[in-house]
Amino acid sequence: MTRSLIMDKPDDRNRLDAMAQGVIGQPLDRPDGPAKVTGVAPYAAEYSIANRAEGVLVTATISAGEVTDIDEQSVLSMPGVIAVISDQRMTARAAQGGAGKAPVQQVRHVQYYGQPIAVVIAETFEQARDAAKHLKVSYRAGDAITDHHDPDIPTDPYQDPIDQGDLAHAMKQAAHAVDVTYTTECHNSAPMEPHASIAEWDGKTLTLHSSLQMLAFNRKELADSLNLELEQVRLVSPYVGGGFGSKLGISPEGVAASVAAMQLNRPVRVVMLRQQVFQCVMRRSETVQRLRLAADAEGRLIGFGHEARVSNLPEEKFGEPVTQASEFLYPGENRRLAIEIARINLVTAGSVRAPGEAVGMQALEAAMDELANAIGIDPVELRLRNIPERHPSEDIPYSSRKLIECLKIGAERFGWDGADRRPRKRREGEWWIGTGMANACRVHNINEAQARVSLLADGTAVVASDMTDIGTGTYAVLGQIAGEMLGLDSTDVLVQLGDTTFPPGSGSGGSWGAASTGSAVFEACEAIREHLAEQLGTTEAELTLKDGFAIAGNRRVALPDLLNGSAIERNGHFKPGDITKAYAAAMYGAFFAEVAVNAYTGETRMRRFSGAFGLGRVLNRKTATSQCMGGMVWGIGSALTEELTFDARDGHIVNPDLAEYHIPVNLDVPHLDVVLVEERDPAASPLQAKGVGELGICGAAGAICNAIYHACGVRVRSFPMTPDKLLAELPVP
Amino acid sequence: MSLTINGQSYEFDGDPRTSLLDYLRDGCGLTGTKKGCDHGQCGACTVLVNGQRVNSCLTLAIMQDGHAVTTIEGIGTLEAMDPLQAAFVKHDGYQCGYCTPGQICSAKAMMAEAENGWASFVTDDLEGEVVLTDEEIRERMSGNLCRCGAYSNIIDAIKEAMTQQQEAR
Repeated sequence: MTRSLIMDKPDDRNRLDAMAQGVIGQPLDRPDGPAKVTGVAPYAAEYSIANRAEGVLVTATISAGEVTDIDEQSVLSMPGVIAVISDQRMTARAAQGGAGKAPVQQVRHVQYYGQPIAVVIAETFEQARDAAKHLKVSYRAGDAITDHHDPDIPTDPYQDPIDQGDLAHAMKQAAHAVDVTYTTECHNSAPMEPHASIAEWDGKTLTLHSSLQMLAFNRKELADSLNLELEQVRLVSPYVGGGFGSKLGISPEGVAASVAAMQLNRPVRVVMLRQQVFQCVMRRSETVQRLRLAADAEGRLIGFGHEARVSNLPEEKFGEPVTQASEFLYPGENRRLAIEIARINLVTAGSVRAPGEAVGMQALEAAMDELANAIGIDPVELRLRNIPERHPSEDIPYSSRKLIECLKIGAERFGWDGADRRPRKRREGEWWIGTGMANACRVHNINEAQARVSLLADGTAVVASDMTDIGTGTYAVLGQIAGEMLGLDSTDVLVQLGDTTFPPGSGSGGSWGAASTGSAVFEACEAIREHLAEQLGTTEAELTLKDGFAIAGNRRVALPDLLNGSAIERNGHFKPGDITKAYAAAMYGAFFAEVAVNAYTGETRMRRFSGAFGLGRVLNRKTATSQCMGGMVWGIGSALTEELTFDARDGHIVNPDLAEYHIPVNLDVPHLDVVLVEERDPAASPLQAKGVGELGICGAAGAICNAIYHACGVRVRSFPMTPDKLLAELPVP
Repeated sequence: MSLTINGQSYEFDGDPRTSLLDYLRDGCGLTGTKKGCDHGQCGACTVLVNGQRVNSCLTLAIMQDGHAVTTIEGIGTLEAMDPLQAAFVKHDGYQCGYCTPGQICSAKAMMAEAENGWASFVTDDLEGEVVLTDEEIRERMSGNLCRCGAYSNIIDAIKEAMTQQQEAR
């Protein structure tokens, strides 16, 4: 039996707080933790399957054009080589998140340097790798646009711009105004586990062990790529070694492994080389962002402009939604928000952790700091003066919004002193010291999701969904939701994820996983509670479930006795409805950073970094805190080091590995101080919970930019803020 | 050619190009050792060879003649976790878990290196006793990347395990 909810209005019942078990929100250890720390948790490439062949992808060495010949004979005589496959079912790009259909195929039609064009299959990895390197490929090169910094590349509008009032006039009338342009460079998700797949084909059914975020969609993408029926495809993905957007869509190695397994009638494993993860999965687009902020004498925004240029390959619908939070974070009746997209021949641009806000917020928050300095007020005070009452364009109310609390709590914990924001006031030896702050903001997303909950005859429960846990704590939080609703210790709830034989969950992406799939679990549990109440002769509202007992009035019955030998199984089905249009729902927070900038070298070191966040109900205080920390680490990378460097001549990535693409290392990260502000958001989900995984990055690099300015007086409007950019502007030490 | 892995003897006669990492994962079924980059850049494949930490992707299986290798499976098990493993669980010193075996192997060796007086980039006195301050641990663990950004919790976990180890003496 399935219980469905289409969420059209807020759920003010706040049922989780009415429960008695007390596990929701608790900082419990992850149930999947012991398997991870002892190395027994199986990731996609780690299934031991007899007779498995190994594949290595071959990628294009031209920027655009056609593959005219693949000389299979050049490698077929090499030891162990089984086949060279360049099949038109193979995919030339990863699918965008939520596509649900095949991405661009036609691997022999090259549109970017590094595009997969073939896969070499051999008995062993060493043989396949060697053969892939020796494969002779002939091309007919075509025209390509490969310099993404060229301002003259023609652009198309991306979505309809928002134009209200007269921004240019407001800028002239403003008591204080800033008109500045910030740039950000391309990023790579760089999950620690490279994209990996093992395909098994039994003549009818394809089973793919793969590292993916959104199985229900990936199953459709794979079936569509291979012209199979949905029922013929099974995906298995119980452990995913990080995704951050790069595993939202089916990726080329999974389709290549499948094609090979079907052609050769034996299991095939294809794991991307680390360089291929950079070259042929997803990049976050570079951005050029013009910010126009017009304020009255009191610092209240009367005009707000945020215009961005991003890029992507031809035919890709995705454009980095840079202005997503700018639509509602700040007031200003005169508004212009617009995104233009340049069509270029570089690896697909797609979702990388917090698409839109990750780079949009950092530029916006740096510009807001410039405005605060122009006015001469505390930047915290500027934020407090600019909190709109209703959505400035759509005239709808906000759902719960804890921005003021985050600013105040965060400032207090950090020991923020915003009275004197003049730079170069603090020097310790070679180092200029400064502080900076920024708002955090990220839209709240929800997605359709199903989950099955079984209350077994022994009084324990099983939760099952094809939902994934990509490090997000999904195993923990789904168990806690079911435990709270059913009155069970969470050790008595088994959570099974990552298999398309289970009901389709929301998948992990856009921070929607817990709120969406968690709501499906919640619905199923409500249905079980109704059944138990009926058994006990009471109503669901009067029923208390605690420690494995059902309690109503003066009756207290152990669940196995009440169940009397039979299990109860219910499906929960959660769907977003009108609620998504009725409220502007988002997560909010505030960052506070202290940096040291070396007066001689321009190197920036993080000294302290705090974040206060309002995320709705916290489902597990430990895992939520960790995710916020992770976001802040990404903020440090975006601020200081992360940048994909392309060769402008042919668009090849110059730094496609972890030695040259610099993600933060341990020494780059100070002890992070995260505080989660208590909140319930009834418009966000029946759990009153919102998204967690992305907020910690949204604005973080802006706080660092502002701290750098405060430290040394250099306003760097180009991320990452590497030493060379500072050195050029620093005063004589 | 024979070597010892987690106390057991193994005979290697495979392709000489096989890295120690691939031998562990595919030849021995010890998949707790992870492949993150295959180029010695991320540390996910860290194991102990004769007690010292090594990126197992940067050495060949055939070079381990007579060596003793310890992988994450040899450090502790589900039933009997090492205090370091338990501390990683308690402090949430991971998220996706893919870098975790390497972090734990690396931390094991790091504690021994400090005891043996090995200086690091952030050590002021190269000749003196090494004290594992937070900064020392951060520096010494910087060869193990964590894209989830669990660094703060990794430091907390290692410090707790160190304290336990000191108290046990």
